[in-house]
Amino acid sequence: MQTVTTKPALAYPKVRAVGVRSLVQLLATVWLVVTLLPLLFVVFTSLKSQEETFDSPVWALPRQIDWSHYAAVLQGGILVYLRNSVFVVGLSIMLILAASAMAAYALARLEFRFNKPLFGLIVACMIVPIHITLVPIYLLTRSLGLYDTPFALIGPYVATSLPVSIFILTEFMRQIPRELEEAAKLDGCGPFAIFWKVFFPLSGPGLATVAIYNGIGLWNEFIFAYVLTSSKSNRTLPLALWDFQGEYASNIPAMLAVVTLTSLPLIVAYAFGQERIVKGMMAGSLKG
Amino acid sequence: MTSSSISLALPVARRRRHLAARWAPVFFLAPSVALLLLFLLYPLLESFHLSLLKWNGLGANGIFTGTDNWVQLLHDTVFWHALGNNLLLGLMSVLVQLPIAMALALMLDKASRGSRILKILYFLPLLFSSVAVGVVFKNILDPNFGPINAGLHALGLDALAQDWLGDKRYALGSVIAVICWQNVPFYMILFLAGLASFPPELHEAATLDRATPATIFWRIKMPHLQGTIRTAAMLSVIGSLRYFDLIYVMTGGGPDGSSEVMATYMYRTVFASFQLGYGSTIASAMFLVVTLIAGFGMRLTRRFETQV
Repeated sequence: MQTVTTKPALAYPKVRAVGVRSLVQLLATVWLVVTLLPLLFVVFTSLKSQEETFDSPVWALPRQIDWSHYAAVLQGGILVYLRNSVFVVGLSIMLILAASAMAAYALARLEFRFNKPLFGLIVACMIVPIHITLVPIYLLTRSLGLYDTPFALIGPYVATSLPVSIFILTEFMRQIPRELEEAAKLDGCGPFAIFWKVFFPLSGPGLATVAIYNGIGLWNEFIFAYVLTSSKSNRTLPLALWDFQGEYASNIPAMLAVVTLTSLPLIVAYAFGQERIVKGMMAGSLKG
Repeated sequence: MTSSSISLALPVARRRRHLAARWAPVFFLAPSVALLLLFLLYPLLESFHLSLLKWNGLGANGIFTGTDNWVQLLHDTVFWHALGNNLLLGLMSVLVQLPIAMALALMLDKASRGSRILKILYFLPLLFSSVAVGVVFKNILDPNFGPINAGLHALGLDALAQDWLGDKRYALGSVIAVICWQNVPFYMILFLAGLASFPPELHEAATLDRATPATIFWRIKMPHLQGTIRTAAMLSVIGSLRYFDLIYVMTGGGPDGSSEVMATYMYRTVFASFQLGYGSTIASAMFLVVTLIAGFGMRLTRRFETQV
């Protein structure tokens, strides 16, 4: 407080401004190289022939571009994994949006006895490590007859995404002006009509954030998919890599072609929806 | 609240609205609460129940052994070593990832065209699944074909070339480095969000006062970002305690348990050794550790807040 009034620049010893700035820039440049080199390695190597990966230096550009690994991987059944990912993640996101929007509306605007403790409890669920649920969910899935079906993943995916989604949407809905709600009430709307006609449509940006934040996480989810499914025809994209790993153990370019292909959908999505994705990530992480 | 005789006297439409208002919270919360009970709360309690059993998962039910598993856990050096690795991972996340992320955020916090492109590039590792990152770095760190060792040999630094993931001395460090690679962008975004809420007038006022960028950073921006930094530290510590994917893909906790964390140990115990009971004990202990540290961290940060 006082530091502001007593001119901080004079009250504290100066650090050379140039020094700090160039240090930050140096670090940022180094990190850019550290970030990009592995990715370039993946793309370049995946375009090399298998012989070339052994007889030329790893950092050399491909002598001639060889698409054969991509062709082999695409014919090798990766599209089944893609289809499963689209189905499981798509259905999960729809269910997450419906359930969390409803809950958030109740927690943000309806008055009932256990509102605050219930909200606290749901938010507290964010710290539960999913690993503690793994064995019981595995047993539950087996006894329900859902083991090794894409449906096995939807329950755990939706449930583990709900706490953070409800948290984001409740904060969002609290900021929707009360006047809109009052006007709808005067028009004779009950809580159901108010939710459907006022809160749900006005929560568009919040819903987009929730969809993107969970979408990235679930698209790359590994452990539930690994434990709850076993056959190739029922697994999602992160498992494609895992399964191909055995098949292409010695074929490095093919393996890296799988990496490129499985990562491509999110990178394309990111190229189009950059701003929203970053906003989604930010909102999702502000849960302290 | 209103007695039934009064509500019966209400006109039908008003009574219906009254009923709707009364049951609305139940209706709106039912789907979420049901899902959380079935897939989060029930498994949580069931895990504690399983932790009291000796069970290979094949028979109909396990044998109730009381606290045997918990006593075993207390004397299990693998578990304590794994917990130590988790804590080291948390410490490194805070000490390495957060400063790098902060430096990147400070540099990118100007709305120039160059910084927009850089933001995209820095963000990329966050879009890859942990399996993809694991597979890529297994190749990069490969002692025979990997570019790291190839580069060291090319520079004549043969002595520095190592079996990065296969050598007990380096496996954990290598894995932690890759985890940093993947997660720095996440905290960079968090800090960018914090910096975006920084009032520009403050910056101007400080510049008029001839404050250097360094002074502005340490005296004005850092205090402003305190909440964000605390959130980031909490997230990275809690995340580190329950880390699984990358370590499982890259080393499986090996070699010789050197990169074991609680989650990989739990996974191996259940799905490789088929000890469902003891695996559930490890999982339950993991939950207790996370809850304890999260609770402690929240109290600590709250105390900080009252001081500021």
